[in-house]
Amino acid sequence: MNIIVSIKQVPDLVEELEIAASGKELNREWLKYKINEFDDHALEEALCLKETLGATVTVIALDGEDIDKVLFTAAAKEADKLVKVTGVGDNPSSHEAAKALAGVISGMPCDLILTGVQAADDRDGQLGVLLAHYLGVPHVSVVTGVSVAGNTATVHKEYGGGVIAEFEVSLPAVLGIQAARQTPRYVPVARVRQAMRAATIDEVGGNTGGVSAGTSISRMFKPESGAGAQMLEGAPADIAAKIVGIIREKGIKV
Amino acid sequence: MNIIVIAEHFKNSIEDITFEMLGKGKELAGATGGQLIAVLLGNDAKALADNLRAAARIVYCDSPHFAEFNPEAYGKALAAIVPGLSPGMILVANTSAGMDLAAGLSVDLGIPLVAYANAITAGSATSQLYGGKVNVESALAAGPVIIAVLPGSFAADAGKGGGAPAVEAVAAPDFSSLKTRFNKRMEPESGDVDITQQDVLVSVGRGIQNEENLAIVQALADKLGGALASSRPIVDNKWLPKTRQVGKSGLKVKPKVYLAVGISGAPEHWEGMKDAECIIAINVDPKAPIFGFAHYGTTADLFDVVPAITAAI
Repeated sequence: MNIIVSIKQVPDLVEELEIAASGKELNREWLKYKINEFDDHALEEALCLKETLGATVTVIALDGEDIDKVLFTAAAKEADKLVKVTGVGDNPSSHEAAKALAGVISGMPCDLILTGVQAADDRDGQLGVLLAHYLGVPHVSVVTGVSVAGNTATVHKEYGGGVIAEFEVSLPAVLGIQAARQTPRYVPVARVRQAMRAATIDEVGGNTGGVSAGTSISRMFKPESGAGAQMLEGAPADIAAKIVGIIREKGIKV
Repeated sequence: MNIIVIAEHFKNSIEDITFEMLGKGKELAGATGGQLIAVLLGNDAKALADNLRAAARIVYCDSPHFAEFNPEAYGKALAAIVPGLSPGMILVANTSAGMDLAAGLSVDLGIPLVAYANAITAGSATSQLYGGKVNVESALAAGPVIIAVLPGSFAADAGKGGGAPAVEAVAAPDFSSLKTRFNKRMEPESGDVDITQQDVLVSVGRGIQNEENLAIVQALADKLGGALASSRPIVDNKWLPKTRQVGKSGLKVKPKVYLAVGISGAPEHWEGMKDAECIIAINVDPKAPIFGFAHYGTTADLFDVVPAITAAI
């Protein structure tokens, strides 16, 4: 079985995000990036499938800041092949990214394509669904469970309230992964360094085929925080006493 | 401009987000001199159309393949039906099901998509991105556009009631080559604590750092006679069962006191706990969105404050 995992980097949301002077983009100068956490789950699920069923896992990403390191990290986690798609430009829209990836993936042996269900910056839609439609294959998103038998994947799609629907999908198919069956594995830096020496990244030229998001960003702004929280100050014990007071005020008998 | 609303329903009931979209759609159709058209896909579900009377027209498509949501069948039907309605704007729920539809429709019909929208005008749509930290407004060009609407963005009441539009039946497309088959629906396992029935919830997020540290918040929940809940990453990491998850893909809760510990307050989480009577947030990041809607907050370290609260009771 050939599994392709599409991953990308997103701004680390733990850091403060600054809006550039143009008001239409993030100030990327000091931005710290990390792998989209859902893509990390997609990779983990692919590696689990490889361990249980046997598979070749190919990790594909568009060229971008620090992407080699992210790809080598995947190799350190036992991904078999690394592909970097070049020539797409910086910060492509989801449509452009999906179209370029579809062009490259359509020339690769592939049974299953896994990617994160969403990313923090996909203004024009989720990559997995777009990719599936450009490839003309079925897809299911918000997936929390995958098993494969023969030419069919059985997948669990999550709705609100913890309700899950089970689907059978003929392969090849794209799945937007919400959560892998286990916590994404961690690899120590030494193993990543090792992978940097041992693994190779195949570079393939990508083409967005003239697609675009179809809309333009007119403005970026921080959401108004409404009334906002009344902030409690002081030493931990003082803050704790205030919180206990608030809880009691609400009629909780403690 | 005609506004098309793709009705979302679940377990034979119209979801609130549908009413939110109908209400907003009615306003936009009125302002632009167009019609509000609701599209309902279902199986023996024509009765649900009665809920969609805020629309000027209701288009209903029936098929056994719509008995349960099926991304492929729904997508195929919408791609066949929507172009005939002279759409100016197509509103789809930004939900688990809607996520499967909006982007696919965008490719199939060659129409732009703006996702995660929480504000819409005739010429713009604003997406809530970067975990709720930044809003991004898109200028809409002339021509049809698909907007995926975040639940909780608009008033649902504005989309209820209405006139007596006729229900127009349309035939389903050929589904003989579907590659996606619905098997079954699974309800969440019961037996665990029901977090929707608690007066006090101590809810924990990524800030707790590791599974072992859960003991600190569990001790507080026990002391308060409440239960431990969490945001999504904790459940995705399997540190707590799904039954404890608050938010879009988890449960909606409204306790008297919601103590959010190390939770940033992404929109998906807000959706599940916005109705709590009193929200107290503990988060070292002063810019965390949670402080925008919590009633009380502190940026003190949870590893100091939480044990201190436990000790103070």
